[in-house]
Amino acid sequence: MFDVDKIRKDFPIFNNKVNGKDLIYLDSAATAQRPIQVIDSVTGFYKNKNANVARGLHTLAEEATISYEAVREKVQKFIAAPDQKEIIFTRNATEAANLVMRAWGEKFIKKGDKIVTTIMEHHSDFVPWQQLAYKKGAEFVVVDITEDGQISENEFEKKVKGAKFVAFSAASNVLGTITDSKKLCQIAHDQGAVCFIDGAQSVPSVKTNVKESNCDFLIFSGHKLMAPFGSGVLYGKTEFLEQMDPFLYGGDMIREVHAERNSVWNELPNKFESGTPDVGAVIGLGAAIDYLNKIGMDKITSYEHELSSYLLNALSGINGLRVLGPTEPKKRLSLAAFSMEKIHPHDVSALLDADGIAVRSGHHCTMPLHERLKVDASTRASFYIYNKKEEVDLLVQSLERAKKIFS
Amino acid sequence: MEEIYQQFIIDLYKNPLNFGKMEEPTYRAELGNATCGDSIELFIKIDSNGKVSESKFIGKGCAISQASASLFTGYLKGKSVEQLNIITKDDCLALLKINLDKNPSRMRCALLVFDTFKKAVDQKS
Repeated sequence: MFDVDKIRKDFPIFNNKVNGKDLIYLDSAATAQRPIQVIDSVTGFYKNKNANVARGLHTLAEEATISYEAVREKVQKFIAAPDQKEIIFTRNATEAANLVMRAWGEKFIKKGDKIVTTIMEHHSDFVPWQQLAYKKGAEFVVVDITEDGQISENEFEKKVKGAKFVAFSAASNVLGTITDSKKLCQIAHDQGAVCFIDGAQSVPSVKTNVKESNCDFLIFSGHKLMAPFGSGVLYGKTEFLEQMDPFLYGGDMIREVHAERNSVWNELPNKFESGTPDVGAVIGLGAAIDYLNKIGMDKITSYEHELSSYLLNALSGINGLRVLGPTEPKKRLSLAAFSMEKIHPHDVSALLDADGIAVRSGHHCTMPLHERLKVDASTRASFYIYNKKEEVDLLVQSLERAKKIFS
Repeated sequence: MEEIYQQFIIDLYKNPLNFGKMEEPTYRAELGNATCGDSIELFIKIDSNGKVSESKFIGKGCAISQASASLFTGYLKGKSVEQLNIITKDDCLALLKINLDKNPSRMRCALLVFDTFKKAVDQKS
């Protein structure tokens, strides 16, 4: 049984009022709210264990290092990675994508190589590959979506023919589409391509298993799964990470530094973790993973399907409202981006805000997708484990009111 | 926030003033707001007396940016070139008669027409 009322009690932010009304937070795809367990773990670290990691030999430093490395093991298990050293901490998913672009892409992509991504990607899984292609004179190919907002395997297979690198997201932050990562990875691998998955939107909602999907790289951000800002993850298969040179140079990524001959890089994962990391954020990431595991990822996914089904149904009752993305609730996350006739998304979100409802309006860092769908911008309501069906009803009421004001 | 949506703003959004293209403008510029996809193209014609004889815009965006563009293009009419050079952001915001101090993102919407105007007069078409 998924007890959303019990879960909500863990989130202090819901005690606050917005514009004198209860906060209805429907912007979790931008960033999730944090449970008290995560907040306490961060303050607890700074109160009791604060020291820099992987440097000092004193007790506090050793304790900090142990706590930090324990999170690496948690992440490894959480995404079923074969080895702890394949987990690299970054500040966010974008930095993780750029790490791969710089350290793998710039080394191995050559003129004329083919790089493939899809039209529904977040800019952070689009711009790095586009820029890589421009820099190297490589071919940049974009896979289209179907009318129902999904990746067609046939189209995908055609486009990845002869590709060297293929990037796609396991779930879209606008369409909500959940892709068949395993199948798409297999198609990419059949062409001998390296397969990169953007898990920023899927990892918080759907069980992730890199062994099963067999991807070569996976990235995600901590803040979308209730961890603090400043915690991101790159997973990479050892064979790829070993071939790559450091992305940032400095302390900790180094084994030996000499004035008169070249430096020697550190082992994985330290080779890619130069400079003092956001230790507190990583500690919080560990607490967030514990929190998710306690509820269970399968339960989270099925609750999200329940919410998405209720949401799609409720929105379909509003005249002049067009939901972007798949019509089948099980093929999507519990979020809906939509456009409304005669009301600009900015105005929709401002009017919802007056009712205490937080949604996002704009292009959600997916300009190519909005161009493809021929909408300038959209409004997105995204739900997570602490949201209730009643909040869908309030959203609908508020949208009807906005329509009336603009009628 | 709701006080922003006064009837005259909604009316201007639905039926904008001075909306349309202009042949052979003296000044012209186009500017977009990358975060929301809004854009405005502004046209100004200066007559032989050195005054704005006509001022128009086309574009798309939220109620605030469209209402602001309607009001601001009207405000420009009859101004001399010297007067154009001393118009400020506050002059533009005053036309809307709403306080956006606590809404920095909506402030950008309201000022899109002003920024387009500055671009236009700085680079004579």
